[in-house]
Amino acid sequence: MADRPQGPVGVGAAATVPVPPVVMTRRRWSLPRVGAYKQALFILLLIVLSILFVYPFLWLISASLKPQGEVFDNRLIPNTIVDPWYDNFSEVLDRAPVATWFFNSVWISGLGALLVTFTSAMVAFAFAYFQFPGRTILFAIVLGTMMLPNAVTMIPTYLIWTRIGDFTEAHSFLPHIGVNTQYPLWVPNMFGSAFYIFLQRQFFLGIPRQLFEAARIDGDSYWTMFWRIAVPLAKPALIVTFIFEIQAKWFDLITPLIYLTEDKLFTLPLGIKVLLDRYGVGGGGEGEWNIIVAGTVILVVPMVIIFALFQRYFVSGITTQGGKG
Amino acid sequence: MTRARRWLSGFGKRETWAAYLFLLPWIFGFLALTAGPMIISLYLSFTNYGLEQIAGIEPTKRVGLEHYHELANDDKITLALKNTFVYTLMMVPGTMIVALALAMVLMRISKALGDVFRTVFYLPQITPPVAVGVLILTLFNGSFGLVNRGLEFIGIQGPFWTTDPSWIKPALAIMSIWAVGGTMVIYLAALAGVPKHLYEAAEVDGASAWRRFKDVTLPMISPALFFTFIVLTIAGLQTFTEAYTAFFGPGTGGAENPDAALFYAIYLFREAFVNFHMGYAAAMSWLLFAIIMVITLFQVFVSRRFVFYQGQR
Repeated sequence: MADRPQGPVGVGAAATVPVPPVVMTRRRWSLPRVGAYKQALFILLLIVLSILFVYPFLWLISASLKPQGEVFDNRLIPNTIVDPWYDNFSEVLDRAPVATWFFNSVWISGLGALLVTFTSAMVAFAFAYFQFPGRTILFAIVLGTMMLPNAVTMIPTYLIWTRIGDFTEAHSFLPHIGVNTQYPLWVPNMFGSAFYIFLQRQFFLGIPRQLFEAARIDGDSYWTMFWRIAVPLAKPALIVTFIFEIQAKWFDLITPLIYLTEDKLFTLPLGIKVLLDRYGVGGGGEGEWNIIVAGTVILVVPMVIIFALFQRYFVSGITTQGGKG
Repeated sequence: MTRARRWLSGFGKRETWAAYLFLLPWIFGFLALTAGPMIISLYLSFTNYGLEQIAGIEPTKRVGLEHYHELANDDKITLALKNTFVYTLMMVPGTMIVALALAMVLMRISKALGDVFRTVFYLPQITPPVAVGVLILTLFNGSFGLVNRGLEFIGIQGPFWTTDPSWIKPALAIMSIWAVGGTMVIYLAALAGVPKHLYEAAEVDGASAWRRFKDVTLPMISPALFFTFIVLTIAGLQTFTEAYTAFFGPGTGGAENPDAALFYAIYLFREAFVNFHMGYAAAMSWLLFAIIMVITLFQVFVSRRFVFYQGQR
């Protein structure tokens, strides 16, 4: 399913597609520039389109400040802004463990992203730097796994986690690991991820080999070369990996849906889905959209902040993905 | 020394061992989380594995190709596949056209302004799919939704997007096209790579704007178009979260578990983890894999004629 570690455009297949390396220079203005009159027309068009693109966000924020009956009046500026001391946000935090879900998502995303960045870097470095028998075939397998839909491995992986759970429960000296714990959400990140391995390898290949040869002559170990030379130089690629994985984890619904049943353990996306089911019209609720929308704002805003801080990494990550394929 | 022996002798080198140590996390992950599960999944697809078998009440029985025959006769599979294809057919061209149009306009204004608009158009891409599900139910609400209010404003009576079976998929596709940002950024990079002299030459030859687009721009960015075509198709065929959030589960604002939003991945998920028909769901997953492979190979095959790689000819 499309919810596995996923670059913003639904990564997969990236490498099976023979796209030639595009030399990424600064944006050159290759299309003919147009006259001032046309230019103004384009800008006007873009402003209209921007409103279309941003309005859903504004609608969300505005609706989260309205009382229940006015959510659908669709005014941009709420008619009545609910009492800030007893507003939709404190209400939603009160009715469901939204704060717990939020922090669950924060630490699972953070830890998962950290692990996958580190392990993918190790593997990518091996593929980029070392000459060893089996390299070509193993790298082909890495690329091949990107084609595999998550659905194929989803069921057996679940069954494996049930077995691990049964085992750890039977041996009381072991911590409980398995289904209905949060381990299945981040442990797989300890083993690297094909897309990130591919992305980082591209970057490591760009580091001049002489740097490593010099380090070898100085008697540095392979680990030192990786940790002291390759990693610091590949920082941009590592940051791209980190934020892409944060995003993937923050988006993920299906994994927590499969593994978690106890609501204290939920991540935020699953929590918001539960809110929707509980307070939406269909679930016997009376359509308390103000509550649902406030929860949704809590889900959306952190990503907006991350995007604001790391915008250029999002853009360069996607460009690498598309350009170098 | 033969090639094979030379290959094997590589394992005597220190570098080889170091490399495999670095690869260890991935090798373990590949065996335990990809290769192993693939074998188990294939095996499960030939068994009756389900809730009783997980609980250990009944033994696992082999059922041969039964599940695969069932796939061919299951009306819900046909329905789910049809839904998935219809959605993908709307979403993929829609996203590509909108993304290309936006990118082309952005290329024609100053860089500083272009960057501002690029940021704005990228924003929907960072909206979590669950939030998109909530937005579908609210913005596309037939009676009060913002979309229909907007349509009313220009004199069109909007449909009941979230309850009318024929409008659920268009609503989902529109929200998906809203998130064109990533595709747009890829096209921007491709457009920036088109050599300027090609346009100048075309202009000297008196080519119209349309000819310049058709005969210069499109061929030059065809690798990027091809790449996004494949990636978007694969994503479309596996679509799950937005539709599941909006239309499935114990209770939602729209029609309850509507057939019109039953995508393949949703049906698979429900078979595996709601009804615990795991053997059948495993067979379903292999069918999905096969479909994705066939479509991708077909795209690669067809695109040979249309995709132009610089420096190849």
